[in-house]
Amino acid sequence: MAESEHEFVGLANYLHLVTDPGFLPALGNTLALIALVLCISIGLGLALALLLERAVLGRGVLRLLVISPFFVMPPVAALIWKNLLMQPTSGFFAWIASLFGVPPIDWFASAPLIAIGLIVAWQWLPFACLILLTSLQSFDREQREAAQLDGASALAILHHLVLPHLARPMAIILMMETIFLLSVFAEIFVTTGGGRASTNLAFLVYSQVMFQYDIGVASAAGVVAVILANVIAFFLVRAVGRSLDA
Amino acid sequence: MSNIVLERVSKRFGDTLVTDNIDLVIPAGKFTVFVGPSGCGKTTLLRLIAGLEDIDQGRLLIDGADMGQTPPAARGLAMVFQSYALYPHMSVRANLGFALKVAHTPPRDIAARVEAVAKLLDLSALLDRKPAALSGGQRQRVAIGRALVREPKAFLFDEPLSNLDAALRSQMRIEIRRLQQDLGITAIYVTHDQAEAMTMADQIVVFREGRIEQVGAPLEIYRRPTNRFVAGFIGSPCMNFLSGARAAAFGATTIGFRPEHLRLDASGELRGVVRTVEHLGNEALVHVQLEDDTMITARCTEDTALHPGAPIAFTPDPASIHRFDQDNRALDVG
Ligand SMILES: Nc1ncnc2c1ncn2[C@@H]1O[C@H](COP(=O)(O)OP(=O)(O)OP(=O)(O)O)[C@@H](O)[C@H]1O
Ligand SMILES: [Mg+2]
Repeated sequence: MAESEHEFVGLANYLHLVTDPGFLPALGNTLALIALVLCISIGLGLALALLLERAVLGRGVLRLLVISPFFVMPPVAALIWKNLLMQPTSGFFAWIASLFGVPPIDWFASAPLIAIGLIVAWQWLPFACLILLTSLQSFDREQREAAQLDGASALAILHHLVLPHLARPMAIILMMETIFLLSVFAEIFVTTGGGRASTNLAFLVYSQVMFQYDIGVASAAGVVAVILANVIAFFLVRAVGRSLDA
Repeated sequence: MSNIVLERVSKRFGDTLVTDNIDLVIPAGKFTVFVGPSGCGKTTLLRLIAGLEDIDQGRLLIDGADMGQTPPAARGLAMVFQSYALYPHMSVRANLGFALKVAHTPPRDIAARVEAVAKLLDLSALLDRKPAALSGGQRQRVAIGRALVREPKAFLFDEPLSNLDAALRSQMRIEIRRLQQDLGITAIYVTHDQAEAMTMADQIVVFREGRIEQVGAPLEIYRRPTNRFVAGFIGSPCMNFLSGARAAAFGATTIGFRPEHLRLDASGELRGVVRTVEHLGNEALVHVQLEDDTMITARCTEDTALHPGAPIAFTPDPASIHRFDQDNRALDVG
């Protein structure tokens, strides 16, 4: 290739990117996916951790079960969910739906982002649950007893004492997961293979390169992803830092 | 003001009997101190009373009502924990008001009650701080305040002063006692420090290995211990014990006498050599090795010139000698 073909184009690629009809949806998908996975993994992780802390029987087995999704590689996890669980005709969820006489959901056609979010949340659940479980175990027993004597119900203890105690680990989970969730890729690749409703920034970069051979726009999208990551990290670190100081 | 009665209360953890058939009356409005060596079950008994542990056998009555099925909060007792167990994320104000808040007391009443308690405990200037920003003594007072706010039937203290330095400890000792007397509230106070027990109690309960060894007023226990364990445990420095021929001369297996009941006497029958002298300023504690190698301690005035290695002789005050039989029971107390 001759040198002259590579002129400096200024911000043209960025303009191109921002005006690309795929860009804004991808940005939205990225943020929505992060929010969805954070909510599910922290919410469900907390519930599980509270259960596991109480559970007396089969604690070891339960813990193993909870941890195991963590060890499954993302593409494999996505394949399992796609073909065994969410498959609209023969999948497990479809079977459950049929038990109740409800028409099965075609997950990846009707709600691809939510479906992908569920898969990713399943993988991150163990991480959230384990961190919350360890902090629950470090919760001072005498504080709980003092609150009991003060007449606080289990719910009041959870609300006024346990949740504040879990603020730091939750902040850490939030930060760690957000960092990794910015770059979810395999789950999208294996299940929907893209499409406007489920493409995030990472996938957009990939598809710009692979299908449109547009390295310029892809790079611009990459830079935007880096900036986005930094902006989010900036706010996260501030928020987390504040909760660590408190 | 409430009285608390324990009837044949037992508790086991696994195979170990932690409290064994405890019968005890804790009189209303009085300050009762549980004292005993580490691991003898004092905390466990306190937790049984509070309802934080379940009683295996026996009954617990508060004002005559059986507490077997009553949850901790409904017993109307307030506990001050050794670790204070303050709520770290809440301000002092919120800590003090927590019990009222979960009871859905109107905020105005909470504020008034919290202010009143804070004033009583000299915490008014600290109400907006978090527990982490308080000194040990201040935390201690917040812990007491948190118990006070609920106007409990009785106070339970589990070694509340053990984290404080000596000066603060004796100050808080007086403050707690004054507070209890002013409010006329029933209190149970756990400690393994016999000096704390002596100075604070209306009634002392001495425990050993899950059993009660003796119950009584401080001076009564000091003057008339019913067995050798209590005699040795209460009083500092510890009572001296002699056995063999010297005890047989008094018709006992063991005799005991306190360090302050030894009189320097060149012709005394207790002869030995000074080993160490502890100078306390107002008095000196002399550790003496007798001729048969038994060690005894004597309390002397500082102006007696004493040097390690010097010969020394004492006469014990015959009226203050405690006699014990072969089962270590006191012979003179009925
Ligand atoms: N939850 C428990 N499970 C098993 N054993 C226990 C439990 N709690 C206490 N024990 C045992 O019961 C005995 C009494 O304990 P407790 O805490 O009542 O002693 P204590 O008199 O308060 O001692 P200290 O002065 O050291 O606080 C100890 O031997 C202890 O090991
Ligand atoms: Mg204890």
